[in-house]
Amino acid sequence: MALQSPEQRIWWNEPLTKVEVTWITISFVWGLIMFFAMIYWHLTGEQNLSNETYQITPDRFAERTEAMADQYTVREEGDTGIPVVHPPPGSDIYMLGRLWEWWPVLELELDKEYRLHLASVDWQHGFSLQPTNINLQVHPGYEMVVTMRPNELGQFDVVCNEFCGVGHHTMVGRIYVVEPSAEPVSSGEPAASDAAGEN
Amino acid sequence: MANKASETPDDQDIPFMQRLLDNPFILLFLGVASPTILYIVWGIIEVAQIPIAN
Amino acid sequence: MASAANFRTCPDTGLKVDRTAEALIKANAVVAVVFLAVGGLFGVLVAMTRWPAVHLLDADMFYLVLTAHGADVLLFWILFFEVAILYFASAILLNSRLATPKFAWLAFIMMVVGAVMANVAVLQGDSTVMFTSYVPMKAEPHFYLGLIIFAVGALIALFVFFATLVVAKNEKTYEGSVPLVTFGAITAAIIAVFTIASGAVILIPTWLWSMGFIANIDTLLYKIIWWGMGHSSQQINVAAHVAVWYCIAAMVLGAKPLSEKVSRTAFLLYILFLQLASAHHLLVEPGVSSEWKIFNTSYAMYLAVLGSMIHGLSVPGAIEAAQRRRGFTHGIFEWLRKAPWGNPAFSGMFMSLVMFGFLGGISGVVMGTEQINLIIHNTLYVPGHFHATVVAGTTLTFMAVTYLVVPLIFRREIILPGMAKWQPYIFGIGVAGISLFMMGAGTLGVARRHWDITFTDAIMSVEVPGTAFLMMGLNGISALLAGVGGAMYVVIVVGSVLFGKRRDEAVAKANPIIFDGGAAVANYGSEEQVKVPGTIVLVAIFFTAFVLYYFVNWKFLSEVWPLS
Repeated sequence: MALQSPEQRIWWNEPLTKVEVTWITISFVWGLIMFFAMIYWHLTGEQNLSNETYQITPDRFAERTEAMADQYTVREEGDTGIPVVHPPPGSDIYMLGRLWEWWPVLELELDKEYRLHLASVDWQHGFSLQPTNINLQVHPGYEMVVTMRPNELGQFDVVCNEFCGVGHHTMVGRIYVVEPSAEPVSSGEPAASDAAGEN
Repeated sequence: MANKASETPDDQDIPFMQRLLDNPFILLFLGVASPTILYIVWGIIEVAQIPIAN
Repeated sequence: MASAANFRTCPDTGLKVDRTAEALIKANAVVAVVFLAVGGLFGVLVAMTRWPAVHLLDADMFYLVLTAHGADVLLFWILFFEVAILYFASAILLNSRLATPKFAWLAFIMMVVGAVMANVAVLQGDSTVMFTSYVPMKAEPHFYLGLIIFAVGALIALFVFFATLVVAKNEKTYEGSVPLVTFGAITAAIIAVFTIASGAVILIPTWLWSMGFIANIDTLLYKIIWWGMGHSSQQINVAAHVAVWYCIAAMVLGAKPLSEKVSRTAFLLYILFLQLASAHHLLVEPGVSSEWKIFNTSYAMYLAVLGSMIHGLSVPGAIEAAQRRRGFTHGIFEWLRKAPWGNPAFSGMFMSLVMFGFLGGISGVVMGTEQINLIIHNTLYVPGHFHATVVAGTTLTFMAVTYLVVPLIFRREIILPGMAKWQPYIFGIGVAGISLFMMGAGTLGVARRHWDITFTDAIMSVEVPGTAFLMMGLNGISALLAGVGGAMYVVIVVGSVLFGKRRDEAVAKANPIIFDGGAAVANYGSEEQVKVPGTIVLVAIFFTAFVLYYFVNWKFLSEVWPLS
């Protein structure tokens, strides 16, 4: 038994039973299927991370986020004093995590693509978009860039799901998804994005 | 509970895989080298290559 | 502390037992149970706080208790118990003396000091950094130092284990290859070496940083190396509890592995690839490429999963074969129906096997899929998964084997046998509930490590589906049930060790706990392999559930906002 040394001195040459061979084969093939499924999804699926990341200082990231907010703020979120920013479709948009808020509130247009930049300016945070349930890890010092295309209308909450101190459970943010506006957003300057964006 | 291996075969008779599995120190080497290279070293290289934002 | 070995012969097994090894097994097991009791209590407090209708602790206290819960049960309870298993699988099973007992005691003392120091640091209140202690969140220096001392102690214990293997081989205390259970323990020990080395590599600089000697710890490097410890420590558990499954099946039923070759090869796949799954924690991280993520998260094309699936056939297969040899040959499942369900060692082990596979294994592979992790990372699904692997898998298995350790090593009869019979069921059902309801809440987006899902104090309101509240309530009830099961375990074990009837030879004869079915059950060559149709049905059900659940999650993923 399993508590004693094998009875045969040479046990490696014992033949396998058919059941064992079958199960090992099935399991091995299933493993290959699951492995190639991830690669297949990169080629054909719509939910993949871009692998685009930059080192950035927290100050620099905050500056860029504020620049976007200065340019495209359309209103304030209730009486919170937090700006609601409506950047043009296709542009680079920024959301920063800090103790304890996601800033600013973004207003995006349905089925339009945006290059979302995420970073923390202090500790690690967890960007968790609800109720869609998309979850990304956010680091200080690293800027993650991912192209995002909101495919449903409404109000979405961003909560923090990486523990970040005693106010962690109060760290929230918001993204609105609205119908595309007929005329472009009324801010004279073109988006400082596409050409001048990150690399 | 000691068990009786009636004939003691020469080491040469023992298949390679069995000899490998009977040697905890080779296994220890492999078990530490594999994740160190594939997970840690490769991971550190990835992080070291992250470009700086312009 | 005689270094010249001093043996007794076990009246139950006939094994030669080194008394020093026995004393060390006792010491480590006792301390393990203390940490289980403390950490388990913290766990109940956590669940009672996350139950919105109860919301027991305030936020500060909740995060503090959650930090302590993680360290005490995930690290201390399990590693102390594993050191006991390593000494058992080396010195006792190999009929050998334990090498360098003084170092083994030193290891024990360091582990106790380190574990106590880390607990003190957490309970003082300035080290509420969670088990993961992600930088740049900072704990007090003695939090890290406690963990480092504990880890070094554990590393010394591993050296004692490997040295004992050498001693046993040189002194020819066994012939041929080591027993399968010992081989499983070797697997666990190898993974432990990598685990502890990773811990040292990252915790020592972090400790220096906490004292101001180092300016900065890179957050991504920290996470990569920290998870080399954090996840691999749970892979030690997998290897150890699979070894214990084989051990319990052998002791209770005389079960013999279907094939030494297959079972050992499965352990070899663990040695080579299991630790790569540390990448599961970095799948939605910036700065690490998809190539790295896919290769590592899949344990190199799921070769370690292959190992687990092999054990998933060979453990129940060994049990079925043994039962059929005893004469339970009717139909497909008589062997299972007439298994010793009243024996807590067996019932705990079998429930652990089923729950580890169906709840922990499947959910782990699914959420470890690079893209699917997007809809799961850091939600309550994650603790739901690992309570199925670590609590239903490892802790329940260790509880089950305790019902054999107390009579065999402590030489005491189990007190309150009626209660002992029920204990694994109550604990097991509670844990199944914890695991399922947390996974359910996570699917609904509830965050892990979060004090208040009503977001009362937040500047903007957040709407959480009503079902999530129901899930958290059911999770609380399940945690109470598991808490009761855990308390029963502690009462039975402590009571038996202190007050159990001494198990002398007469008692051992009258109340045998080691299976005695004669050679017919335990000894047969593989050429006369018995058929295992029941096991085939079980693995077929498992495989179907696995495939369905896997593709359902791809479907869920395909519906969320496109990302690229």
